[in-house]
Amino acid sequence: MSPRKKPEPVQVIKQRRDAALSALVTGVPYIQYLGITFDRRGDELTAILPYEDKIIGNPTLPAIHGGVTAAFLEITALMSLSWVWLWEDIENGTLDAEEMARGKLPRLPKTIDFTVDYLRTGLPRDAYARARVTRSGRRYASVQSEAWQDNRDRPIAQATAHFLMPRPGD
Amino acid sequence: MAVDKSTLAKQFIEYLPHCKALGMKVLRIEDGLAEIELPYDERFIGDPESRVIHGGAVSALMDTTGGASVIAHPKSPGGTATINLRIDYMRPATPGQTITCLAECYHITRSVAFVRATAYDADRERPVASATGAFTVEEKKA
Repeated sequence: MSPRKKPEPVQVIKQRRDAALSALVTGVPYIQYLGITFDRRGDELTAILPYEDKIIGNPTLPAIHGGVTAAFLEITALMSLSWVWLWEDIENGTLDAEEMARGKLPRLPKTIDFTVDYLRTGLPRDAYARARVTRSGRRYASVQSEAWQDNRDRPIAQATAHFLMPRPGD
Repeated sequence: MAVDKSTLAKQFIEYLPHCKALGMKVLRIEDGLAEIELPYDERFIGDPESRVIHGGAVSALMDTTGGASVIAHPKSPGGTATINLRIDYMRPATPGQTITCLAECYHITRSVAFVRATAYDADRERPVASATGAFTVEEKKA
């Protein structure tokens, strides 16, 4: 019996996961346009939407444009779903993080529908969001996401989205 | 009179910072109908390989047009905010083409306005996305 495989050094693991995540996020122009970044703790992702004047919808309140909030929740849902879905391949090396960084990105799920509820006014400050994959099947997935600002218990918006998963060979 | 209201509403919407940032143009706003276009822009790409615009930018367009149709309703006091919006993505928009959204506020009460909207690219026979939403009805703030 061969001895148990030595665990990988923590830096190697972190480097691989962060490189893969960064490739997924920076590869999408619209995510860059909104300045959205992702904070990773193990496999948990928190999306951050930094405040900028250009995301204001109503300047008299002022309030973040509902469309930006919706986009933020959709990006969080899609990225969180992709992250769960690609995790195994990233961990076992089927997907090479360095190749991903060079632009060889895997096919990502496609949004079928997206429903957003606006709960509170988005204030002119940073917003955060997390998503939960409630079902991830071979063809379809359901994801819920929620955004908040100062107070985690006072969400500004919540969303439910359905996605079509890429077929093998796509 | 009606012309003035439309002109004001058009200016108001195009002046909203995020609408200005995305380059939205109001084509029509009258009698509970609004039509707004979003020109193609590489900064809003969602899929770098196919160069298709991100669904989020389409959401912003549909949300804005929905709200505009509420303001454009004769019974609206002038202010509104989105309560909820559901968007169905029927097909990817063709890269390079302007996306146009047509929204209709088909029912309004003292407190809630109901909206449906459809987004198209150059092919008017096959919509890109459709949406339904509920909006608040309120006095215009300042």
